[in-house]
Amino acid sequence: MVPLNHYLILSGVLFAIGTAGVFLRRNLITVLLSIEIMLNAVNLTFVAVGRYHGSVDGQIITFFVMTVAAAEAAVGLALVIALFRHRETLSPDAFTALKW
Amino acid sequence: MLALIPLLPLAGFLINACFGRRLGKGASGFVACAAMVASFGVAVLAAARLLGSDAVSTEATYYTWLASGDLQLPLRLRLDHLGILMTLVVTGIGSLIHIYSVGYMHDETPPEFARYFSYLNLFAAFMLVLVLGANFPVMFIGWEGVGLCSYLLIGFWFTKQSAADAGKKAFVVNRIGDFGFILGMLLVFATFHTLDFNEVASAAALLAPETGQMGVITVATLLLFVGATGKSAQIPLYVWLPDAMEGPTPVSALIHAATMVTAGVYMIGRNAELFSHAPITLAIVAAIGVATALMAGTIGLVQNDIKRVLAYSTVSQLGLMFLAMGVGAFAAGIFHLYTHAFFKALLFLGSGAVIHALAGEQDLRNMGGLKKYLPVTYWTFLIGALAIAGVPLLSGFFSKDEILFRTFIAESTPGHVLMWVLGVVTSLLTATYMFRLVFLAFHGERRGGHAADAGSAHGAHGHAHGHAPHDAPRSMAIPLIVLAIGSVFAGYVGVPHALGGSNRIEQFLHPSFQPGLHEAHAAAAATGQTEAVAVALPAQDAEQVAAEQHAHERTELTLMAISSGVAFAGIGIAFYFWRRNPAAADAAAERFRPIHVLLSNKYYVDEIYDAALVQPIKLLSTTVLWRAADAGFIDGAVNGVGVAVRGASTALRRLQTGSVRTYAAAIFAGVVLIVGYYLVR
Repeated sequence: MVPLNHYLILSGVLFAIGTAGVFLRRNLITVLLSIEIMLNAVNLTFVAVGRYHGSVDGQIITFFVMTVAAAEAAVGLALVIALFRHRETLSPDAFTALKW
Repeated sequence: MLALIPLLPLAGFLINACFGRRLGKGASGFVACAAMVASFGVAVLAAARLLGSDAVSTEATYYTWLASGDLQLPLRLRLDHLGILMTLVVTGIGSLIHIYSVGYMHDETPPEFARYFSYLNLFAAFMLVLVLGANFPVMFIGWEGVGLCSYLLIGFWFTKQSAADAGKKAFVVNRIGDFGFILGMLLVFATFHTLDFNEVASAAALLAPETGQMGVITVATLLLFVGATGKSAQIPLYVWLPDAMEGPTPVSALIHAATMVTAGVYMIGRNAELFSHAPITLAIVAAIGVATALMAGTIGLVQNDIKRVLAYSTVSQLGLMFLAMGVGAFAAGIFHLYTHAFFKALLFLGSGAVIHALAGEQDLRNMGGLKKYLPVTYWTFLIGALAIAGVPLLSGFFSKDEILFRTFIAESTPGHVLMWVLGVVTSLLTATYMFRLVFLAFHGERRGGHAADAGSAHGAHGHAHGHAPHDAPRSMAIPLIVLAIGSVFAGYVGVPHALGGSNRIEQFLHPSFQPGLHEAHAAAAATGQTEAVAVALPAQDAEQVAAEQHAHERTELTLMAISSGVAFAGIGIAFYFWRRNPAAADAAAERFRPIHVLLSNKYYVDEIYDAALVQPIKLLSTTVLWRAADAGFIDGAVNGVGVAVRGASTALRRLQTGSVRTYAAAIFAGVVLIVGYYLVR
């Protein structure tokens, strides 16, 4: 049996990778992917802790997160396409018009 | 029934105000006159019904206006003997002036004509509320309403700057008086816990007179008198009345001679019981009255505008009425009010006929010789002048003599003999300036040529009426004749005992001046407490009065002879200076140049007020209130808040970079901080 700590460490690593991706990558699609990684790191934590406590709450919340993530991906990708049509680029630094 | 008296003119006002534009001149004039005549008819009926019964007064409550703790304020009208007299004067003379106005205003366009008559009707409605109101606030509705109508009618030709200014001046000066009136009213309520005239009078009747001390009644009556000085044009608030002559002449006759300006006198008469418990106030009222009478009389002597002479004459006569009130001769004051309404309305309407005939000319120096052209106007005007001068057996003689006699014997008023002397001097001045007017306007040679180029006065009458001035048309002549008859005979209701009369008006008015006594007497009789009415037993009172009357009859006859002599002397002086030997008038003016200049400039009172009050207030308003308080402090605070928010925003908006990754970093940092805080803790 794999102890809880291993899951949490893996989850933390995945979350860190995702965060780094959001900040460092210069491609909006990759940023979206990184966000998915962060979400799944959290999902992993939920499931592991749920299993550790012997309850299904963790798994139920995970389903909610996955639903929201699917919706988010759909909206996010649609925005990405719209942005690309507008500027012919996917760099997040190209879209800074919404400011003072 | 009582409500109909003010409601009929109000209906006339509403009809003319709403539909006047489409009615045409004939219809709107008819509606206004019909409303007034109907109101007069109702007033006569109500008076007949009251006099036919045993009651002292009749009243009608329509509505509880306010009910809050102590304060019960019904909308109540009350008609008593004083009210009958005032109502009949207002509606009767009001009707005549309405009819006269139809002729006088015929050059106006139909909408202006309707506007004029709507104001006139509204004025009558408010004046009747003032007269019939049974408590202070209801009277105050009328009091303010007539002030408003006065403003509207003085400024009727509002495109003329001087008329608009005069209206404003009248309104502002009256506000000062009204401030005193409101304070007095509140003090009365605080003292007696009621505002009903009769209840106040009964409560006051049980108190001892405040002799030689400044008690609460003295202060309250003084404040009320401040209101009266504003409305009735007494020192120090008389300055608006001469300027009010900018209004149409019938308005001057109705509002600024016969009715509204007498409201202050009426108010004191209505509160006679209260005022007679404040000897100090009465002494002040008498002193102010006689001072005003003399001052206005002297100014009237040198004015050249026909209406201004009459305006100062009105101020002067009002002063005499206040003198009567001040010496406690309330009936004499109201009697003079009543006769004055006839002859002063007559004189104003006569001057209106002159102005009308000369297409707007008001300067006496440009008149002369009008007797030939305007016979009706001349003879009626002459009767009015004789009446106001106090020529024996005309109405003014009886009322003025009554006032002077009462002043002479008023031992309780300090300086009453001096006041009598000043009153006689005022009578002399009255006779002189009135006959100066008659001689300058109607006698001698025609001066000033044709009238058409005299468009300086009122523009509405600008069109020429042809070369020879024409006499008053019938709608104007009839009121003149009726008022002339009234000026001759109105005085016979008050023939004094000394001349074999019975001074009926005094007996008639007596219950109105001591309502408190009657009620207290009745209440005491009901409860058997006879001691409570030891204040003044009516029977004993009457006997005493009769004895005094007898003792005074010789005095009265002597005084009468003196004042008749004075009246003829005044006419003689006027005849000498302005008819026989006009050069002497100029020579006298030249010889007493400083006095003449002082009088011509009305004692510089307007200038003194301007320097002492208007300019300091203007200065204070501009520098302190406007520049410092408003522009500096209030605007500064508002703008300061704006500037501060703007500055903070300028700094804070730098945070909005528009870069998604900056926002993400901020969110991340925030999460780390919050989670970190909980973990470390």
